[in-house]
Amino acid sequence: MDSLLAYVIGVLFSCAIYMMLRRSIVKLVIGFMILGNAANLMIFTVPGMRRNAPPLIPTDATVPLIPVADPLPQALILTAIVISFGVLAFAVVLIHRAFEVVKTDDLDQMKEADS
Amino acid sequence: MSVLLPILIPLISGALSLAFWRSTFYQRIIAIIGTFSLLLSGISLLYIVRTDGFVVTQMGGWAAPFGITLVADLLGAIMALLAGIIGFAIAIYSLAATPTTHEKFGYYPLMHLLLAGVTGSFLTGDIFNLYVWFEVMLLASFALLTLGGERAQMEGAITYVTINLFSSAIFLSAIGLLYGMVGTLNMADLGHKLSQIPNTGLMTVLAVMFMISFGIKAAAFPLFFWLPASYHTPLVGVSALFAGLLTKVGVYAMYRVYSLIFIGDIAYTHTILLWVAILTMVTGVLGAAAQFEFRRILSFHIISQIGYMILGLALFTPLALIGGIFYIMHHIIVKTTLFLMSGITHRLLGSHDLKKLGGVYRYRPLLGLLFLVPAMSLAGIPPLSGFFGKFILIRSSLEVGAWFVAGISLLVGLLTLYSMIKIWAEVFWKAVPEGVDTDRLTGKTADTHLWLLVVPVAGLATCTVLIGLNAEWVYQLAAATAHQLLHPELYIQAVLGDQI
Repeated sequence: MDSLLAYVIGVLFSCAIYMMLRRSIVKLVIGFMILGNAANLMIFTVPGMRRNAPPLIPTDATVPLIPVADPLPQALILTAIVISFGVLAFAVVLIHRAFEVVKTDDLDQMKEADS
Repeated sequence: MSVLLPILIPLISGALSLAFWRSTFYQRIIAIIGTFSLLLSGISLLYIVRTDGFVVTQMGGWAAPFGITLVADLLGAIMALLAGIIGFAIAIYSLAATPTTHEKFGYYPLMHLLLAGVTGSFLTGDIFNLYVWFEVMLLASFALLTLGGERAQMEGAITYVTINLFSSAIFLSAIGLLYGMVGTLNMADLGHKLSQIPNTGLMTVLAVMFMISFGIKAAAFPLFFWLPASYHTPLVGVSALFAGLLTKVGVYAMYRVYSLIFIGDIAYTHTILLWVAILTMVTGVLGAAAQFEFRRILSFHIISQIGYMILGLALFTPLALIGGIFYIMHHIIVKTTLFLMSGITHRLLGSHDLKKLGGVYRYRPLLGLLFLVPAMSLAGIPPLSGFFGKFILIRSSLEVGAWFVAGISLLVGLLTLYSMIKIWAEVFWKAVPEGVDTDRLTGKTADTHLWLLVVPVAGLATCTVLIGLNAEWVYQLAAATAHQLLHPELYIQAVLGDQI
C-alpha cells in the first residue's frame, strides 16, 4: 500500500507541476488543487500506514496497551486541507478578477508587471 | 504571557477592526493603538529575554514536545520588536496615504493579520505551526497585494500567489517527510533527536527541500523572480510593509532551521547557502542597476541585501552570525524607510518613474536629507548602520580566508552606492522634467496631510542613525543572539527542560 501511494503521490506532483506550467490561469488553479492533495497524501503516507487500533488509552493506564495508529498525521492533514481550501477559494476569486481586468486567461499576455 | 502578546495584540486589533467594518475612523484609531501596543510588547519581550533568557510557553498546558510551544529567544524577540516598529510606522503612514476605497475594503484588518502572521512565525517553536503562521501571513499578503484591482496588481498577484503556494507545498511535504523520519514536530525536540543520530543522506535531502521553500520566500537566487514582478504594484504602504518584513520571515526561518535542526552536515548545506548568498547579492544589485523605476530598483536591492543576510548564516562563525543579525536589524528599518520615501515623491510628483521625477531637493531639502540617510546607510557609508553590518560580515569572511566572498561583498556595496546615487541624482538633484505638474512639490497646492507621511520616515531614519551611533550596544545584542544560535543546546534545554 505504501509503495502504491508513493507512486500516486509522484504522479500527482508531476500532474500538478505540468498543469501549473500551462498558459491558462484556470489550469493553474487546477494545478494548485492537485499540488495541495499531493502534499497531504505525502503527510499521510510517510509516517507509515498500519491497520492499528484507535489511539485510545484505558482510564487506568498511562500508555496504550496495544499498538495504536498515529493520530497526528491526520490532524496535520486536516489543518492543511482547511488552509489549502481557503487559499484555493482566494485563487479562484483572483483568477476571476484577473480575467475581468486583463480580459484574457493567457499567462503569456500578463507580462506588463514584469518589465 | 509576554511571548503571547506580540501575537495576540495584532490578532485582537484585526478582529476589532473587522467589528468596526463600517467606520474607517475607528479602524484608524485601532490601527494606531494596536501597532503601538505591538511595539511596546516587542520592547518588553526583548527586555525580558535579554535579562532573564528564553521565554517559553506551552499552549493549552500540553508539555513539550506534544503540544505547540511558543518560544522567544533573542532572535525571535528582536524580529518581533522589528515587526512592531515597522507596523507602527506603516500604520501612521497609512492614515494619510491610503485611499478611502482601500480602507473600506479591509486594509487595516489585513494589515493586523499580516503582522500577526509575521510575529507568530518569529515566536513559534513548532515547525508545523510555523507553516500555519506562514499561511496566515501569505493569505493576508495576497489580499493586500490585490486591493485596488489594477491590471499590474493582478498580474503581479498571480505570479506571487503561484510561487508562494508552490513553496508552501514543498514546505508541507518536507514537514511530512521530517515527521515520518523523526516522529516529532517540536523544533527543539527535532534538534535534540537529530543530534543523537548520525546524519544520513535523506536528512540532507530534507535540508535542501527546506532550503528551496525558504529560499523562495526569502527571494534568494535563483528563486527571486516573483519579487521584482510584484512588489512595485500595490500601494506604497503595502510595498513597504512587504519589503520590510515578508522576505525577512524566510531569512529568519533559514536562520532557525539551519542553526537548530539541520546542523548534521554543515559542510554540505552551508556551502550551498554560501553560493546562494554570493549569487543573490550579485544578481540583485545588477538587476537594480538596469532599472529606472523607483520601487523596482528598491525591490532588486532587497534581493541583493538578502544575499548579505544569508552570507552571515552560510559562513556560520560567531562573527559572521553577528554580522548577519546586525544586517537584518539594519535592513528591515532602512528598506522600509526607502519604500516610504518613494511614496512621498510619488505623492509630490505623481510618478514612480525616475525620468518623470526631479527637483525634490530644490524645493524640499528636508526630504532630500531624509532620503540620503537611509540610502547611504543601505550602501554602507559610516557612521550609519549599514556600514557596521557590512564591516562585520566582510571581516568575518576575511577571518575564515574567504577572500572571494569579501571581494564580492565590497563590489556589491559599491554597486549599491551607484544605484542610490542614481536615485539621488534623478529624483532629488536634477531639475524638474518638463511637463510635470509641480504644484504639490512647490507647495502651490497645499497638502495638509503630508507631515503624516514624513513623520514615520523621519522616525525610521533616526533609528538607522541611532543604530549606527550605538553600534557597540547593538553589536553586543547581536553577539548574544549569535551565541544562542551557535549553541542550540541552550534552546533545546529551555524548551524541553529536564526531559533530556
